[in-house]
Amino acid sequence: MTPTRLDKVATKVIEVFVACVVLILLFLLSTILIQGVPHLSWHFLTSPSQSFAAGGGIVDQLFNSLYLLVLTLLISLPLAIGSAVYLNEYASDNWLTGLLRTAIEVLSSLPSVVVGLFGYLLFVIHFHFGFSILSGAIALTFFNLPLLTRSIEGALAAISDTQREAGLALGLSAWRTIRGVILPAALPGIVTGVILSAGRVFGEAAALIYTAGQSAPVVNYTNWNPLSSDSFLNPMRPAETLAVHIWKVNTEGVTPDAVSISAGASAVLIIVILLFNFLARLIGRHLYRKMTGNSNK
Amino acid sequence: MATYDLTAHHIIEPGGPIALSTEKLQVFYGRQQAIFDATLNFPANQITALIGASGSGKSTYLRSLNRMNDKVARVTGKIMYQETNINDRTINVYAVRRHLGMVFQRPNPFAKSIYDNLTFALKATGIKSRTILDDRVEQSLKEAALWEEVKEDLHKSALALSGGQQQRLCIARALATQPEILLLDEPASALDPISTAKIEVTLKRLVERYTIIIVTHNMQQAARLSSYTAFLHLGHLIEFDKTPTIFQNPEMTATQDYITGNFG
Repeated sequence: MTPTRLDKVATKVIEVFVACVVLILLFLLSTILIQGVPHLSWHFLTSPSQSFAAGGGIVDQLFNSLYLLVLTLLISLPLAIGSAVYLNEYASDNWLTGLLRTAIEVLSSLPSVVVGLFGYLLFVIHFHFGFSILSGAIALTFFNLPLLTRSIEGALAAISDTQREAGLALGLSAWRTIRGVILPAALPGIVTGVILSAGRVFGEAAALIYTAGQSAPVVNYTNWNPLSSDSFLNPMRPAETLAVHIWKVNTEGVTPDAVSISAGASAVLIIVILLFNFLARLIGRHLYRKMTGNSNK
Repeated sequence: MATYDLTAHHIIEPGGPIALSTEKLQVFYGRQQAIFDATLNFPANQITALIGASGSGKSTYLRSLNRMNDKVARVTGKIMYQETNINDRTINVYAVRRHLGMVFQRPNPFAKSIYDNLTFALKATGIKSRTILDDRVEQSLKEAALWEEVKEDLHKSALALSGGQQQRLCIARALATQPEILLLDEPASALDPISTAKIEVTLKRLVERYTIIIVTHNMQQAARLSSYTAFLHLGHLIEFDKTPTIFQNPEMTATQDYITGNFG
């Protein structure tokens, strides 16, 4: 075979592989959307779920998913930024740093159901948090932390060392330079990482079944006191999320319209995650442009 | 490569006041010694060029002067500035670096506006007054010959400037902390000839107010710019003299070979 021909064949083979990946994704997305979108309605999005009768909605589950996401990010973001700054800016390249990185890798490869059971034993039972948004948020933090740390570390590593040198040469401390120069410059990458990890958190079910629970008690959306037991903001109440709801409706749902609820909820889940992805690109690009003042990139 | 007697050297005593001097300065990267016994007086309000082949240690030597090598290398010996040994452990290195400003090979403006690039370090030292900040911005941009080009765009991103403008902004940023000495590490090697010429004109004007030490690969640039030149070879300071003497009638064979291109 001539080099030109070989190159053509190789290119075709690679193109087929890429096409496979894209087709699988398109097939999944279109199936879920085609089956689910017809069941979507304002009523479906705004009414509470029903246990036995048909016509239930997903308003509580949707809110729970979002609230859990916010709480998870509130806990995991500072931790992740701290670890990433330490690993990328302060840690020297020795065995201890290697050990830390390995630990983070192991944490990221833990099966989420194991994380969920661990959260159940430790927070739900031992610490008496019960099935609650708080237990769920902590379990999701375990799950989210390694990925978030990795992506923030990547964003920091992408900032050229000449920036750090510039700060040092101006008589600034390393921390001043990190806070005032490196973190702002890495912000577009950090925001993208946060939003993408938010998509994963939003769709997680296994880690939540045993921590945030499977029930969606009736909550009062006008009660803004997070300490009150029927407030929608109370972090100590159990909270079934959208992903858990899909799982539950499919395994033990007794409502006559279980199939359509599951299809509709799946579509909502996918649409929200797609929105996160587009938002990540949009905000990342916008911030990058704002930071660099470069309108042609 | 020809071998030279590295212990032999010819170092003159510059006339006039001294801004900075090193006494038996040694730099080690781990066990590897990069600078051997560098003893040199840098004349005040003059441009001193450091020349030498790659690996001669000229950049290492320069970066030791404002303690940029603190975390990378071990530096022994004295660096005398205003009758103080600034290579002492007890010295506040952050203050030292504000007295000895530095400009690097590649322009490295922060991803901030021009104004914020110049004021970031000042604000960190506690200067809050808007008038002082505005004055410093204008003054340092004028000194770096960039004011006329950017005075309308102070709040635009510095990354939108051209490479040459970015480098002059970096000079202005170093000047904004009001240093006495300006250290430049091949400041024009990443720039086109026109931008290089602008930087050189700027440096020639700045020398009235600052002491300038510049590392350069470009021997024409050293000859054009500097009044004193130091030649380094394999970490040894071989020769230091007035620039015309170095380029026309050097004392040492190694210097002669380097400037005539018979090196290696």
